[in-house]
Amino acid sequence: MTEPLLKVQNLEAWYGESKALHGMNFDVQPGELVTLIGRNGAGKSTTLRSIMGIVGKRTGSIRFDGAELIGKRTFQIARTGIAYCPEERAIFSSLNVAENLTLPPVLKAGGIADAELLRQFPNLQRRLKSQGTKLSGGEQQMLAIARILRTGARFLLLDEPSEGLAPVVVKEIGEQIRQLKSQGFTILLVEQNLSFARKVADRHVVVENGKVVDTLTNSALEADMARVKTYLGV
Amino acid sequence: MFDHISMQLLLGQLLIGLINGSFYAMLSLGLAIIFGLIHVVNFAHGAQYMLGAFVALLLLNHLGIPYWGALIIAPVVVGAFGLLMEQTILKPLRHLDHLYSLLATFAAVLIIEGLMRLEFGSTGLPYASPLPGGVNLGFMFLPYYRGWVVIFSLVVCIATWLLIEKTKLGAYLRAANERPEIVESFGINVPRMMSLTYAFGVGLAGLGGVLAAPIYQVSPSMGSNLMIVIFAVVVIGGMGSILGAILTGYLIGIVEGLTKVFYPEASNLAIFVIMIVALILRPNGLFSSPESSR
Repeated sequence: MTEPLLKVQNLEAWYGESKALHGMNFDVQPGELVTLIGRNGAGKSTTLRSIMGIVGKRTGSIRFDGAELIGKRTFQIARTGIAYCPEERAIFSSLNVAENLTLPPVLKAGGIADAELLRQFPNLQRRLKSQGTKLSGGEQQMLAIARILRTGARFLLLDEPSEGLAPVVVKEIGEQIRQLKSQGFTILLVEQNLSFARKVADRHVVVENGKVVDTLTNSALEADMARVKTYLGV
Repeated sequence: MFDHISMQLLLGQLLIGLINGSFYAMLSLGLAIIFGLIHVVNFAHGAQYMLGAFVALLLLNHLGIPYWGALIIAPVVVGAFGLLMEQTILKPLRHLDHLYSLLATFAAVLIIEGLMRLEFGSTGLPYASPLPGGVNLGFMFLPYYRGWVVIFSLVVCIATWLLIEKTKLGAYLRAANERPEIVESFGINVPRMMSLTYAFGVGLAGLGGVLAAPIYQVSPSMGSNLMIVIFAVVVIGGMGSILGAILTGYLIGIVEGLTKVFYPEASNLAIFVIMIVALILRPNGLFSSPESSR
């Protein structure tokens, strides 16, 4: 096995006085698509936010491409080649679609050019002058993913991209994510939608109460859905 | 009722209103940028405006640098002072309620004005006009310098608005106003950007001070006298609305001038009557939209 691109060890994180992660341990290999699955409030989104440095306090170790991220500020973490797409998409209402799309600066070589992004996400092409928050949920999700691809980051943190979207749109988002994987992006995906997760992922990390309780390959997940549903409480 | 009002008087007061409005617009613009983009109610804005005037005066008296040099140097000096204030006083309060930064800047006003009073006294100091003379417009004599103030402040206001609304830097600022942590996750050093935004807003106050020096007496209290009106302008325009601050600044200057024609006794009250009416009818201000604080 190659050296992991991301290695999280004994990660603990707090929101104010409240401890949200209790010693997370997992890794992600280059080119892999790993999901974090678990119940609401298990600590999946907090794990992504911790990697990105958007929590009050964090301890432990997060090594990315050999460099330690604990102690780094959010903008410094982004410059190492990690991009983050939050659960609520965070489309800026004061900017139009074109401004939202081109807002993130190019930080590293290898980012996708704007014209290519519009080819890859054709819905956005037609809405460039619209206010960002006037887009449909699916279009906003595509915009949120598209804009982080121009930075040159090769490691993407995607937080529940299928949440609240119609099945047909979820399918489209799934195809986009598979395409990103085929383009060589490494992806850590938080997902509650199990059928969506198993269609796109290589591996699944199960999170409960701020800890990793299991790690399953996609085939193991297929073979033991009953066990996984117990984890998710469905 | 208004038989005694001549066209000459009306146009004259309109022009005076426009001149005063130029100061209102430029100062409230800086205040709106600071509040709208970094959520600091900068009570020290008037004191920083006063510092701009004093820096211009000191540059002239001690270094022989004339007005045109001060127009560039003084805003930079006052902006640097603002940056120091932000780093030492406001930065530690950034994660607390806005009330804390308001109180801190209020304390800063008392300290700055107190120190300036100790050093320079309370009496106003003169600053010679760099553009003596004027032109007879028929309805009034317009000093060249006041004409320059109107044109220059209009250029500064439009340029600042364009910077915030039409440039990439402005897009970063507007986005960071909504979700700073997301903008930072794009690799942008948002805390530094916020500090520089504060310094820029303070620099605008300093620039206003330089413009004011040849018109008003340079004194430690010159900012405090103006600040009440400036806050009213920002509230009427919409707290944090850049365009609102500019337009309301000019509007209030003109309304004030016209009130002096029609009902001089109420000229000082008119602004605050408008503020109360605006607050009742449009609490978010005349120019703020629900989606944006622009």
